[in-house]
Amino acid sequence: MNIWIAVGLTAVGCYLAKLLGLLIPAGVLERPLVQRLAALLPVALLAALTAQQTFADAQQPVLDARAAGLAAAALALVLRAPFLVVVGVAVVVTAGVRALM
Amino acid sequence: MAEQTASFPQSTGAPGAPPPPDGGKPDAAVVRDALGVGIAVGLSGFAFGVTSAGSGLTLLQTCALSLLVFTGASQFALVGALAAGGNPYTAAAGAFFLGVRNALYGLRLSQLLALPRPLKPLAAQWVIDETTAVTLPQPTRRAARIAFSVTGLTLYVLWNLTTLVGALGAKALGDTETWGLDAAGPAVFLALLAPMLKSATERVTAGLAVLLALGLLPVLPTGVPVLVSALSAPVVLFLMGRAGDRGPDASGPTTTPREGR
Repeated sequence: MNIWIAVGLTAVGCYLAKLLGLLIPAGVLERPLVQRLAALLPVALLAALTAQQTFADAQQPVLDARAAGLAAAALALVLRAPFLVVVGVAVVVTAGVRALM
Repeated sequence: MAEQTASFPQSTGAPGAPPPPDGGKPDAAVVRDALGVGIAVGLSGFAFGVTSAGSGLTLLQTCALSLLVFTGASQFALVGALAAGGNPYTAAAGAFFLGVRNALYGLRLSQLLALPRPLKPLAAQWVIDETTAVTLPQPTRRAARIAFSVTGLTLYVLWNLTTLVGALGAKALGDTETWGLDAAGPAVFLALLAPMLKSATERVTAGLAVLLALGLLPVLPTGVPVLVSALSAPVVLFLMGRAGDRGPDASGPTTTPREGR
């Protein structure tokens, strides 16, 4: 039930955000500060999510196989690998390191 | 969706193809650009399906997310937060904040596409990173409408099909952690984040967000540290603003779709 609450809230919230942009008159959100904040917000959230899902086990910071997988993904990104390759590399390296440990 | 990176086709059609008389771009070239992005990204729904099922969501819940939410970063964030044991409200809040950027895309697309009002509620579901990235550079309204429709339709169909396949496949795989699939979510985030880290402002924001997310982990309820770390965006903007506008980042608006991914 809790999961359905989360699914429902996310679906409604994300849809309304999309619709809002199409409906409101141009100019309302065109202020530079709003634009910059909206561009920077995903940067903060994505960085935090990457860190949390790589280095956290419940409420404890940990260093495990995922860190190796993410390091490999970062390398793939530096080498300009396509998106699917980046994700694939992270998965394969994580599984490999976990199997060795 | 797995809004990434890949290629942002800017090409104006096949080399040597004569431009249409109105100075626009051949329809076939627009369709090709749109299909390229739609297919590449659409396939990554598989990673979402597997991750979501591995996080404990049912097949129905997983498919509902792709059908109804249809914005990849938010979907990954939600299932990740739920898997970590976060409560549904903080999990949904994190996913929602990630989805807010789509409102800004809609604002730009709205002017370009000039959609009839009755169509807007339908078109809204497709207002995401990829459709914006393919649509905005189009030279004419006709090209923009084709780009938006083809990218949106291709992505929506493929993303949902591959989500289903991934969720079904996860069952066959058994323990998804054995296969390293718990690294798919963070790798998606990293791939989305990397192209955004263009200037000091973005890098400082990301660094501060990481410190807050990990530093607050032991002291705040699960899921809350990620929300708190979102504050690094206004904090860094404020500090950079005070430092003066001669910094390396005073380079104007940064919400191009290119970095939105």
